[in-house]
Amino acid sequence: MSADARRLDPVDVVIVGGGWAGSIMAKEMTEAGRSVVVLERGPDRGTASDGAYPASIDELEGNFRYRLFQDLSKHTVTIRNNSQQVALPYRRMAAFLPGEGVGGAGLHWSGVHFRIPPDDLRLRTRVIEKYGAKFIPEGMNLQDYGVTYEELEPFFDKAEKVFGTAGEPYKVNGQVVGKGNVFSPSRSDHFPLPALKDVYTAYLFRKAAEEAGFHPYSLPAANASRQYVNPYGAQMGPCNFCGYCSGYACYMYSKASPNVNILPVLRRHPLFELRASCNVLKVELDSDGRRATGVTYVDAEGNTVTQPAELVILSAFQFHNVRLMLLSGIGKPYDPARNEGVVGRNFVYQNVTTSTVWLDPKTETNQYIGAGGGGVAFDDFNSENFDHGPLGFVGGSPVWVNQAGVKAIAAAHSGGPPGTPRWGSAWKAGMIDTYRHSLRIDAHGTNMAYRDVYLDLDPTWKDAHGQPLLRMTFDWKDNDIRMNRYVVDKIGDVAKAMGARQVHLTRREFGKPFDTRQYQTTHLGGGAVMGTDPGTSALNRYLQSWDVHNVFVIGANAFPQGTGYNPTGMVAALAYWAAHHIRTTYLAHPGPLAG
Amino acid sequence: MGIGGLRFTSSRRQFILGLAGAVACGTALTPSGRAAAAPYRPQFFNAAEWAFLVAACDRLIPADASGPGAVALDVPRFIDRQMDTPYARGEQWYMSGPFVQGAANLGYQLPYAPRDLYRHGIAGMNAHAATRHGQPFASLAPTVQDGLLQAAEKGSLAFGDIPSVVFFEQLLANVMEGAFSDPIHGGNTGMGGWTMLGFPGARADFMDWVDQYGAHYPLGSVSISGERA
Repeated sequence: MSADARRLDPVDVVIVGGGWAGSIMAKEMTEAGRSVVVLERGPDRGTASDGAYPASIDELEGNFRYRLFQDLSKHTVTIRNNSQQVALPYRRMAAFLPGEGVGGAGLHWSGVHFRIPPDDLRLRTRVIEKYGAKFIPEGMNLQDYGVTYEELEPFFDKAEKVFGTAGEPYKVNGQVVGKGNVFSPSRSDHFPLPALKDVYTAYLFRKAAEEAGFHPYSLPAANASRQYVNPYGAQMGPCNFCGYCSGYACYMYSKASPNVNILPVLRRHPLFELRASCNVLKVELDSDGRRATGVTYVDAEGNTVTQPAELVILSAFQFHNVRLMLLSGIGKPYDPARNEGVVGRNFVYQNVTTSTVWLDPKTETNQYIGAGGGGVAFDDFNSENFDHGPLGFVGGSPVWVNQAGVKAIAAAHSGGPPGTPRWGSAWKAGMIDTYRHSLRIDAHGTNMAYRDVYLDLDPTWKDAHGQPLLRMTFDWKDNDIRMNRYVVDKIGDVAKAMGARQVHLTRREFGKPFDTRQYQTTHLGGGAVMGTDPGTSALNRYLQSWDVHNVFVIGANAFPQGTGYNPTGMVAALAYWAAHHIRTTYLAHPGPLAG
Repeated sequence: MGIGGLRFTSSRRQFILGLAGAVACGTALTPSGRAAAAPYRPQFFNAAEWAFLVAACDRLIPADASGPGAVALDVPRFIDRQMDTPYARGEQWYMSGPFVQGAANLGYQLPYAPRDLYRHGIAGMNAHAATRHGQPFASLAPTVQDGLLQAAEKGSLAFGDIPSVVFFEQLLANVMEGAFSDPIHGGNTGMGGWTMLGFPGARADFMDWVDQYGAHYPLGSVSISGERA
């Protein structure tokens, strides 16, 4: 395919994807003195062009015409619930909203910025220690990450300082220092910024959760609570709770993004080059397939171009990374019949349901006020913070009020309480009452990996460049449904303590298949996971391909299970972790970092 | 609530005004019901389609005690303008074949862009109205119109290979957008949708309001172009 491609002068490092992972890796590689080219499929973006007030805060364009999101007309995926079905194209945005353009999902995200719970990193080991190997359901590919919290801690800390993350710690260096999450591990330092103020609904939730006996804490938010200058010299302004985070470039320079926190510095670096509107077709391998020689892409003018490089870093969105590996022949594709092969294995999602609580009609909940990462959560039913023994499921959910700013079209779509018509006068009255006097509580849960849930290439449908679409085979499983239903019941306890006028608890239903038509979350994961066993992971614990040592693959694709937390904090920490080992070991001695 | 005698009369009056405007090639209404200076001429919809659109909008969001209806908010104008966007031409959707129908939960699989759905859907609704009731949709009594819309919503009609629920969902989604998006797009006239809901629009600065718990926000809506409600 690349015989007629124009061949450019070699560079040291070529990076595919200009989001958080790609920007972090580019920063690290230029600091190491390497020449870097970042290839981004979408357009160049920045605050001035995409986040200028007031034109940018247009809900129709932002959340309903998907201004910052992937152009599905050119690239999408196919989806089915099981391998007996014909997977069909995801033609219209709904269940998940991948980004496109410089900044990637890091431009349109909300800002919830977590460190993964230590037990989640070694979940298989932990479950077997606590409950025995028989506790793991048949068909669940439960795995460890191969890296510990202690190893990652310096990189969580670094990412928080780059992002300007606001939060309240619980323990710093083993000492209890604040009212943070009592289940969170010790930190080496405080958050760089104090927690955001609670919006009213979060304040009510905090009070009620305490009354119900839980342990509420402020969500860690990459929405600056004060003016901030990060270690790179990039500047952030204080968040004004405008309510336009998710789906928007922040006009206040308050929400962390690659565009605000890294690229302003990187763009000035002489070793850095960004090429937007360049769609990578494949990673080129040498004749024995053991070493990458560069990548081939289609540039903005439609030319096919090969960029030779010593090191190839895939840092596109989770499923694009997996697809590029499959298209390039990096790693053995997963075979669900034999549970063998690694690329496409352990495709995971996140198991989120949102419940609604109606308060006294005199109480104005002001749902348009919000910060994307702000809110109050409790972790009493997340990770291994509770005894799963009598419950008989693996996994858990943090529970939270994360009021990111509910806007008018979204309110109209949400409508009134269950049973209210979807249009006409009854809808109007119910919708207005709900918007003004209700609040939303999420159970933001894990999704385990299963043998028959996976990614591969679709046999029928193609993208704009004639390459096969990625095929998702995914459905909800009983273990995860039981987990969701158990945790959602706890939301009922909180609602009661709030003095709710009416409560609608949304639980996942047994036998109801994954529905691509309804927004769930964009927190897709797995498919090219990290680990210590090349038989069950595509990447070693440094996110290096087991098979092609000069290819590193950075992203939520590395997660063996879907976590209860938002993925970005973990992706950023993994990027710094991988970069550290590339800089300290790989560049001097190129070769496998794990044997 | 909302279909009491007085409110019904009010809704019906606006509906008739809207329809009359349509027949005369468009009269935009302000929230107070005054005819605006420049009558709106639909660019995409023909007279029969426009009459359907105005009538259907009036049923989906009727004027009532809660606030203005879709016709006063110029939702038909919004939808007509949307028809001239990449979205309505299907340019934001993956529209490569083959088009294979499957389980509903696997999502939309028809080869039609929103413009096509409106063309076929409105023709289908009007044909159905004519067969069942001898008149186009816009000429029927509101309760009969509601019955047809409910049938479309339940998916009990089909317009060729387009299930009625597909057309209904397209229409309802665009009606919501028109009533509650920034007026820059042609709907939500006078920010009447936002005012009814209590949404401040482009104010987008709650630095000094975030911890004033439970209190009513005192400032009216503003739009992107600087209008104040």
